[in-house]
Amino acid sequence: MSTVPVIEGWFTTGDSPALVGSGCTMCGTVFFPKIAGFCRNPACSSTEFEDLALSRHGTVWSYTDARYQPPPPYIPVSDPYEPFALCAVELPEGLVVLGQVADGYGVADLHVGTQVELVVETLYTDESGDRTIWRWRPVAELGEEADR
Amino acid sequence: MSHDVAVLGVGMHPWGKWGRPFVEYGVHAARVALADAGVDWAEVDLVVGGETVRNGYGGYVAGATFAQALGWNGARVATSYAACATGAQALDTARARILSGLSEVALVVGADTTPKGFLAPNAGERWDDPDWLRFRLLGMTNPAYFALYARRRMDLYGATAEDFARVKVKNAAAGLANPNARYRKAVSVEDVLSSAVVADPLHLLDICATSDGGAAIVLTSMEYARRRGLTGPVRVRGISTVTPTFPQTVIEMPNFATDSSGTVPAPERTFKESIAHAAYEEAGIAPEDVSLAEVYDLSTALELDWYEDIGLCKPGEAEQLLRNGDTALGGRVPVNPSGGLACFGEAVPAQALAQVCEVTWQLRGQAEGRQVEGARVGVTANQGLFGHGSSVLLSV
Repeated sequence: MSTVPVIEGWFTTGDSPALVGSGCTMCGTVFFPKIAGFCRNPACSSTEFEDLALSRHGTVWSYTDARYQPPPPYIPVSDPYEPFALCAVELPEGLVVLGQVADGYGVADLHVGTQVELVVETLYTDESGDRTIWRWRPVAELGEEADR
Repeated sequence: MSHDVAVLGVGMHPWGKWGRPFVEYGVHAARVALADAGVDWAEVDLVVGGETVRNGYGGYVAGATFAQALGWNGARVATSYAACATGAQALDTARARILSGLSEVALVVGADTTPKGFLAPNAGERWDDPDWLRFRLLGMTNPAYFALYARRRMDLYGATAEDFARVKVKNAAAGLANPNARYRKAVSVEDVLSSAVVADPLHLLDICATSDGGAAIVLTSMEYARRRGLTGPVRVRGISTVTPTFPQTVIEMPNFATDSSGTVPAPERTFKESIAHAAYEEAGIAPEDVSLAEVYDLSTALELDWYEDIGLCKPGEAEQLLRNGDTALGGRVPVNPSGGLACFGEAVPAQALAQVCEVTWQLRGQAEGRQVEGARVGVTANQGLFGHGSSVLLSV
């Protein structure tokens, strides 16, 4: 049994996990998920990209939750189903990236503008072991007790 | 040169969950539209079908499927797919051939048979398909995207769950008199707020269902309409099927992220703002001239976004427009007098055409029980997956 990312090459693990995007070597534009082939900046003709770790911190653009079990290919992790939260996060690189919200946090913990950081948690477990995913965890604001 | 074409006939098969083959709905709608136009099927020289992706090969080649079902008549054929904008793209294809003189009488048809529940991706393991991956990696359904936009309105503009509910109440009231609507029942704010939360802050009654249905339009050259003795037919003045401009900085189905504005600044207009803008520009008509609008209320909150995106008010002012009653029947600029998706549910390849059907009835003064008095100009707007969206401007 092993603990591996549910999808290869989208994020790093370890102490400071991060999303991995593509940086165009000519115009510098950042893309997530990674792209190959042609740069999507219409003014750029590059076909060369380098892998780039995106910022681990960002601010919440918006947020919601899934009160009902999503249909397949979502894989349920509990029976009965337990809702989880989702958020869209603005990164300093100028893009907004979706993600589930870290275990133990819900919409009540979030606002537009809330500071969050990227963590890696188990999405589901299959015959090969734990499959992990990136998630966003609210960062305790100054003067606010970290109560979790 | 005028870019106008004439809407000679419109027709629909009532929306519902009928469980019949989509071809039946399409053919029904086509026959109603042909009868409405007084055009014989044999006169149609172009059939454009809106593709449905959930009904097998016949759905992929919808134009030919409808043509065969109506009885092969040798007409030219095309099939369009553009997600929610499918019908408008099909209409645009018909218009282009008419304006170029290659066709004169076009029949545009869209119909769908839909599954129950959330719209889910096709089966199979597809690790390179974002529409599949968003469910596997995030459990991100369509209503979850709608909820992100709704929550942002609340945090940024002070929208409330009651505001969203009032959109449903308004549309339900308008749809009561629409014989093609699936849901014809008055709804109260309490009904909406006491329905289950699907994706915070959206309740079940804030979110549109998926429906079966069919819509068709007979589109002709202005010259053909004149030869038929029609002096003031409803005209298509503009059709927008614009794609986004890089960088697209608003998160959209089925994507995991937006483009980055780190190197190229965000464009002057968001994608949704650019959709109707292009139609206004093409038609030489301003938002102030609009008598009514049919917009894609996939959720109640999204209808408020559209007020701003189609230029009825400035960003952040939609709630005030709603609270004033400006967008209700009898208001300054009624929105979704048909009852909207709230009363129809979404039948993807038919929906953009259904919007045009409603505007046509309104401009002819035939929208019994939901008529916008003195309607002269109507605009439609919608947006779908993968960079698709459309807006059609019509006038008498």
